[in-house]
Amino acid sequence: MSDTLVITNLHCSVEGKQILRGVNLTVRRGETHALMGPNGSGKSTLGLVIMGHPKYVVTEGTITLNGEDLHEKSPDERARRGLFYAFQRPVAIPGVKLADFLRHAATNVRNPERKEGEELMPMRDFRKELKAKMEQLRMNPDFARRYVNDGFSGGEMKRAEILQMAMLQPKIAVLDETDSGLDADAVRLASQSIAEIGREKMGLLIITHHDKLLEHNPPEFTHVMLGGRIVETGGIELAAELHGQGYDRIRRTYPDAAEENRLMAAKEELAASGAH
Amino acid sequence: MTTEITTPTLDADPVGDINKYDFQTVSKPIFKARKGIDAEIVHQISDMKNEPDWMREFRQQSLEIFFSKPMPKWGGDIALDFQDIYYYLKPTNSQGRTWDEVPKEIKDTFERLGIPEAERKFLSGVKAQFESEVIYGSLKQDLADKGVIFTDTDTAVREHPELVRKYFAKIIPPSDNKFAALNSAVWSGGSFIYIPPGVKIDFPLQAYFRINAENMGQFERTLIIVDEGASIHYVEGCTAPMYSSESLHSAVVEISVQRGARCRYTTIQNWANNIYNLVTKRAMAYADATMEWIDGNLGSKLTMKYPAVYMMEPGARGEILSIAFAGPGQHQDAGAKLVHCAPNTTGQIISKSISKGGGRSSYRGLVRVEKGATNVKTNVVCDALILDDKSRSDTYPYLEIAEQDVSIGHEASVSRIGEEQLFYLTSRGLTEAEASAMIVNGFIEPLVKELPMEYAVEMNRLIQMQMEGSVG
Repeated sequence: MSDTLVITNLHCSVEGKQILRGVNLTVRRGETHALMGPNGSGKSTLGLVIMGHPKYVVTEGTITLNGEDLHEKSPDERARRGLFYAFQRPVAIPGVKLADFLRHAATNVRNPERKEGEELMPMRDFRKELKAKMEQLRMNPDFARRYVNDGFSGGEMKRAEILQMAMLQPKIAVLDETDSGLDADAVRLASQSIAEIGREKMGLLIITHHDKLLEHNPPEFTHVMLGGRIVETGGIELAAELHGQGYDRIRRTYPDAAEENRLMAAKEELAASGAH
Repeated sequence: MTTEITTPTLDADPVGDINKYDFQTVSKPIFKARKGIDAEIVHQISDMKNEPDWMREFRQQSLEIFFSKPMPKWGGDIALDFQDIYYYLKPTNSQGRTWDEVPKEIKDTFERLGIPEAERKFLSGVKAQFESEVIYGSLKQDLADKGVIFTDTDTAVREHPELVRKYFAKIIPPSDNKFAALNSAVWSGGSFIYIPPGVKIDFPLQAYFRINAENMGQFERTLIIVDEGASIHYVEGCTAPMYSSESLHSAVVEISVQRGARCRYTTIQNWANNIYNLVTKRAMAYADATMEWIDGNLGSKLTMKYPAVYMMEPGARGEILSIAFAGPGQHQDAGAKLVHCAPNTTGQIISKSISKGGGRSSYRGLVRVEKGATNVKTNVVCDALILDDKSRSDTYPYLEIAEQDVSIGHEASVSRIGEEQLFYLTSRGLTEAEASAMIVNGFIEPLVKELPMEYAVEMNRLIQMQMEGSVG
């Protein structure tokens, strides 16, 4: 069982509202999985719970990495064990340079036993590696001196996420709609970049609505989420079907989950409108 | 009580006098006035300093004003018994004090800042010594050659009475507020700087401060005159912690920035937690002059500090960058004042505050445009960062605008240290403590990047320590 993420009967809620209702999923290093499903089905929640977001409460079930239960593990401990989550909408951290943050993060992830206050990885080594990775991703080196996600365009944010994934070299990475908000060219570039740095070296769980991101990353497994559950798993042909025909067949096949999903999406919309 | 005054020898070259003012060899009388404040105490201070009559009268008049003034309406709650404070201690507050008396948290801070033993003792007031004879000597010579005067204000009263009389208390008269009146009555020490026309000093004037222990006073009085076309950057204090065994620190800082001149005044202070830090700082900027305040406040029980720029003639510019960190039991009531008295003047205020562990920070700022001050532009940005739900932040912006043709911007934002920001950084392998420190350091970046290198490094370390909560 080397470098395997196993999710078993996972239930979770946020602010008292149940979102995941028994998710089962196994992702091994070297595999590519696509996670699809209509809005409000719980896809992002699953990614965030895997990473240990404090807002989400696991009410039942387990998440393990190489057999180790992650339940009590903080997000940084999970990162040091080899998990990565690429945010759909990363937050800005003004005043913090991307390069400084990345050097800190890379040091911690590569040296999980590092104590606070101990030396960071040597600046020379770090710079050299960062420069090489940015070249590979066709990024302007000035980018590393900018403040994390501060004033980044949508495309820049997503590329910064991919750059971080490249530097941290996780075992298992969840990519949450890395294609959203990008034009066709940008999606193709992102897809290619993910393939260059991730495929075969990592286990990828790609959350997406579209097939462009899968162009260079054809999934061995496609999962469909509906109403907080994975209702169907197939191969690449399932992804193709959903892209072509949408979720009507899925909704008809799983009417209970479809009803749950409808309620969850409605609540989400209500919460979103209340927040603004 | 017998008081013996040791006056530095007069010298024809005013800057040369500083050379004689050697803390290591001049023996200071150890004198401590009794507690409380009245005319007799104030007379004693004048006696001690062997002051000219005009200053003696000024102190007595100021004392009357102090008694007649109510507590300021601005700011936090001041619970002070004015009769329970020592208003005058021996000029160098150092000789009677031992290293053992320095509070433990201050010693720890020095240690963790990596400040050498000798310097620690100096900074804590235990030992007054020249930080570096070599730097001091060459700096002194360089300044002397340019005709710069840089001394403590007591010495300036004796040696440069015409300059002092012309400017002293003209920018902040004793009638300004109760604490300005108090300082005017009992002031001691502080820096006196005169920069002659056209002289531009391109390094920050700070080494001098470190050798001048009188600046550490409780009621220091600083007067800076930057003559036409001249330019300086004065760095007062440093990021190392300051403490006083007394509960009240009340300084007055007056700056005159004349036509076409430029002055930047930087201070980062970290006070002991029992101190009321009530300071009046004001600059007057004349035609096309620029005044910049960079003001950092850590520690103290209550700080009330609003550096001000009065733009007196067309083309003047005032910039204030202020930052406050309020920890447990602290209230930082800090801000800024910009007063446009002439047309075509411009200003900017950037104020940042951080509150943690039940600390309270307030931004209190005034922008005033006087009648006739047309085509005026000022922008105010204040950002507050609250690190937990026990802490508090308030914004009190005051705008007094007497003209139509003005452009005044005000943006305020308060953010809780974002759960989302913390999650983002921790999900990339940073511990929660590392992540919070990184967010806070990013927040104060605009201030830190304006500091001279060594101050920036110390500032970052200080913030780090505040974040760990181990020093107050």
